[in-house]
Amino acid sequence: MITIRGVSYEIQGQPILRDIDLDLPRGGVTALIGPNGAGKSTLLSLIARLKKLQSGRIGVDDLEVGKCSDRDLAKVLAIMPQSGHVSARLRVGELVEMGRYPWHQGRPGAHDREIVAETLTRFSLDALRDRFLDEISGGQRQRALAAMAYAQGTDYLLLDEPLNNLDIAAARHLMRLLRDMATGGGKTIVIVLHDINFAAAFADRIVVMHEGRIAADGAPETIITQDLLTGVFGTDAEILTLGARPVVMV
Amino acid sequence: MRVALPLLALAMLALLSLFVGAAALTPQSLFTDPEAARLLLVSRLPRTFAAILAGAALAITGQIMQILARNRFVEPVTAGSGQSAALGILLAAYLVPAAPVWIKMGIAAATTLVGSAGLLLMIRRLPPTQPLLVPLVALVYGGVIGAGVTFVAYQSDMLQFIQTWMTGELSGVLKGRYELLWVAGIASVATWFIADRITLLTLGEERARSLGLNVPLITAAGLAAISLVTAMTVVTLGAIPFVGLVVPNLVARIMGDNLRRSLPVSALCGAILVLGADIAGRVVRAPFEVPVATMIGVIGAALFIFLLYREPRRG
Ligand SMILES: Nc1ncnc2c1ncn2[C@@H]1O[C@H](COP(=O)(O)OP(=O)(O)OP(=O)(O)O)[C@@H](O)[C@H]1O
Ligand SMILES: [Mg+2]
Repeated sequence: MITIRGVSYEIQGQPILRDIDLDLPRGGVTALIGPNGAGKSTLLSLIARLKKLQSGRIGVDDLEVGKCSDRDLAKVLAIMPQSGHVSARLRVGELVEMGRYPWHQGRPGAHDREIVAETLTRFSLDALRDRFLDEISGGQRQRALAAMAYAQGTDYLLLDEPLNNLDIAAARHLMRLLRDMATGGGKTIVIVLHDINFAAAFADRIVVMHEGRIAADGAPETIITQDLLTGVFGTDAEILTLGARPVVMV
Repeated sequence: MRVALPLLALAMLALLSLFVGAAALTPQSLFTDPEAARLLLVSRLPRTFAAILAGAALAITGQIMQILARNRFVEPVTAGSGQSAALGILLAAYLVPAAPVWIKMGIAAATTLVGSAGLLLMIRRLPPTQPLLVPLVALVYGGVIGAGVTFVAYQSDMLQFIQTWMTGELSGVLKGRYELLWVAGIASVATWFIADRITLLTLGEERARSLGLNVPLITAAGLAAISLVTAMTVVTLGAIPFVGLVVPNLVARIMGDNLRRSLPVSALCGAILVLGADIAGRVVRAPFEVPVATMIGVIGAALFIFLLYREPRRG
């Protein structure tokens, strides 16, 4: 369980997050949505201790973020940050193997190699294994970074806009994989999405952020309403209901 | 396999290095002339070892520096570390002239550490969107410290004295006067044991931390290795520029940034470059010698221009 209590964050006096309280119980896919600049990435970075907490506290299972060691947290929680930029000239296979670092500490064993091989296959990266990251396409790179986070094999996986640059097949494939990890593997997935339809289709729960606050939180059917689109996103797209699922007409 | 070819090339150069120089020395004379054996043991062999050790050390520290600086176009010798080493040894010679060499060495290592850390702190504030600012700032930074060295030397009447550190040379290498380089060589080879961790830094500080890497510790370890090794090479041979710049770049083009794989190759190629340049310096104007730093300046500049034009610019 991820517990967030009274977390506020500001940059140069500008409030970015305002007093966030949120519980993310074990298991399930939670989609974090909200307009650009709402504070989604900031919240994810705070959970993953990439930014320093200014006030409030965050716990992941029995670990207290900011107090526990980076290594202990790395075995429990993985994050795929929003920026897909990696300047290093590494091969796809090497990158995915680095995802295992918290476990092997630089000496990958047979078990790590097995997981890397399985991950590469799962993300359809076998053919790209020996290619350099700066010599593949943007979507392929994004897939490799997602694979790296996946290979870390943690109970909690935070993904910040992982669908960027992915074609529809890759996007659906990744979302199905995450869905399976949550349902079958009991993993906890928190994923920032901009495509509300993807959120509605794959998430158990949607958390809406707006101007540094949690604006709404609940099951997709109850969250995706005309009010959300006009009130939070300031747009007037129409919502249809197909089966039981709300679909935003873009 | 990856190291077999450079290893072979280095072995051949090393053999050649033993028998090239102002004083004639041939394999046959070793058996007939006791003077020849002495020349080999006291001068040629140490000189060859010195070139190999320095080349390997410079290439490895250059590669680590580029990762710490997150920029491919910096290397310690010209980016302030080399000049800081010269400053340290100058201060040591001025303040504690009678101190044993390891104390002077310690002072040089300390100033080098401060100089290298200063550069890293400075370039950290530069916008990552302007990768070419980093080498520019490093060049200016190194130049300023270098000017400081010249000024202090001028004031204290030691200008001639510092010339030996500003231009790296191998002709003065004799048995008993280069052994510090073994420490430098071993220290740089030891970085291989943290090669994986340093490689993680290439992913950026955030990604490295999220994988549980102790980023400050590894950065400090890398910095310490760079400073120690640069100080020892500069103090023993003088500044040899470009090796740490050109070799890691060429190796990364082919092998990538996974240091566990590429460090041994970098080390061998650095050794080949320095030893090859030194041999060339012994023959181009024989019986006079061209300093190895000058030779590498010429070869390195050509290689660097080639690199700039060949490599698509990355941040
Ligand atoms: N380095 C920074 N300096 C100043 N303000 C910043 C900085 N980083 C982020 N912000 C501000 O913090 C707010 C939240 O940013 P954040 O990246 O968390 O938004 P987000 O919800 O992830 O947006 P997006 O959907 O565009 O990724 C924004 O208003 C942004 O302008
Ligand atoms: Mg964001």
